[in-house]
Amino acid sequence: MSLARAITTGDLTQLPSRRDEDWRWSDLRGLIRVLPAPSPAHIGAGTPGPFAGLANREVVIVNGYGPAAIKVAAGETQTLALRFIAARDAGAHVARAAIEVDAGATLTLLESYEGEGTDYVVERDLAISVAKGARLERVIIAGDDQDAVSVSRADIDLSPGATLAQTVLTHGGKRQRLETHVAHPGAEASVRLDGVYVLGAKRHADLTTVVTHAGANGVTDQLTKGVVNGQARGVFQGRIVVSPGADQTDAKMGHHALVLSDRAEVDAKPELEIYADDVACAHGNTVGALDDESLFYARQRGIPEAEARAMLIGAFLGEVVDRIEHDGARGVARAWLAEQLGTRP
Amino acid sequence: MTTMLSINNLHVSIDGKAILDGLTLDVPVGEVHAVMGPNGAGKSTLSYALAGRPGYEVTAGSATLNGDDLLALEPNERAARGVFLSFQYPIEIPGVPALTFLRTALNAQLKARGEAEITAPAFLKLVRAKAAGLKMDFDMLKRSLNVGFSGGEKKRMEILQMAVLSPKLAILDETDSGLDIDALRIVAEGVNAMRGPDRSMLVITHYQRLLDHIRPDRVHVLAAGRIVASGGPELAHELERGGYDQYAKVAA
Repeated sequence: MSLARAITTGDLTQLPSRRDEDWRWSDLRGLIRVLPAPSPAHIGAGTPGPFAGLANREVVIVNGYGPAAIKVAAGETQTLALRFIAARDAGAHVARAAIEVDAGATLTLLESYEGEGTDYVVERDLAISVAKGARLERVIIAGDDQDAVSVSRADIDLSPGATLAQTVLTHGGKRQRLETHVAHPGAEASVRLDGVYVLGAKRHADLTTVVTHAGANGVTDQLTKGVVNGQARGVFQGRIVVSPGADQTDAKMGHHALVLSDRAEVDAKPELEIYADDVACAHGNTVGALDDESLFYARQRGIPEAEARAMLIGAFLGEVVDRIEHDGARGVARAWLAEQLGTRP
Repeated sequence: MTTMLSINNLHVSIDGKAILDGLTLDVPVGEVHAVMGPNGAGKSTLSYALAGRPGYEVTAGSATLNGDDLLALEPNERAARGVFLSFQYPIEIPGVPALTFLRTALNAQLKARGEAEITAPAFLKLVRAKAAGLKMDFDMLKRSLNVGFSGGEKKRMEILQMAVLSPKLAILDETDSGLDIDALRIVAEGVNAMRGPDRSMLVITHYQRLLDHIRPDRVHVLAAGRIVASGGPELAHELERGGYDQYAKVAA
């Protein structure tokens, strides 16, 4: 059952619903009564994406049409802009791509979900493999439209000694699910899995991650932070599974959110399932309001309330953005954050 | 002599509970006045009410700064008019470097007063000079505001902010709390360096020892939400000898 299957078959009973435990905060079956028409074919983008100028290679997939296989050869270093565009005439489509990062290669993957259209319904599926000793840093700006429904799913398969660092930045959609599934072999492979959501009006974003540690000596470090305002809803579902035999796993999960209005909501479900011995696993989850004392302190120094709020929220979320390793991408992420908060970067 | 701060019959409640009960106090321009009192007398309430902290409800009375109604202004507007509160427990703000915070504050005040913003080089020069006077390590100011600072460093950071923002009225709320004797001396020197004919200070303290370092022009005793006695610096010593109990009856 998935949005992709519903789109390809036209059978709405294939949509995940709130009865599915993993979808109870992001119901699609109750939301989508009729699918829009299939998105027409397009080739290429007319506008530069949010990471323009940073990449040495660009792959554009418009309305689900574009190159489907991307390979980074052994030992190569690449910065790739991967753009999923829902064009102005987008209806319903599934976009798929597969990325192979060969042994010892380094890929900085700058992914953007660009909603030029409005009420489209799309699924984006990525299959990524990171071979032995290879490095992948993935920075995603999910720029869906406020009336759009989207599910973006990445299945990432790591080999021993591989490194994955990921940061998702989103301002949500009408209903937006951002899923990452990591097959973690342990074996000195290391994962950083971060997210930032800034949601206002009636927007929704669901950051769901599943990391399965299959072998010993693996590291996972996860930090997601968000703010919700208006009638927005943020969802964080983080699951880390430490399988039998995955001893000496070092896993950390943090999710922290600020709720800025009475009608906004954050639902969080951190789950650590541990079936191995001698592991170090920790998680922290906090949902609260902006600290009144900090706000008063800043105002006492002369900073007007709106500016003080933006400063404090920016600092709160900035901790995640600062973990992005690629300098150019970090700069773009800071500018994105400033734009969301209406401040200077 | 012109009055800087004039508080008249001030009543303040928190969550419906009356804390200040008709407090009257004038601080002339250029003078340093101490407010002493036992725990629970309303000392911190006085400082927060003057600074405009939300939740401190003024139910009666007035407070003016140079004749302007302070109580009608937002906290940031009061700051821009020249009110500075040195917090008893300075707040930690992770992710905001002290320098960034201070520059944002200074520029916000300048902007509110219709003055030009300070340039980055001029700001750094100003802060370097003031930090040196307080024997502060400049590199510390690149770190998140007050995060990981010791109690003494936080109080020095308060005085540094005061020196850079150059307020007309400085309210020092229990500035001596948490300070060892060396830190107390450095902080007091920083405060004394800012005394001048155009600036007034309200030094709020439980203990007399701070007043050995910051010599007040006048001392007021606050008990049960009111000023119950006023006098010269010698009053602080009398309090040290006789305790606050002698005023409990007056206030009742």
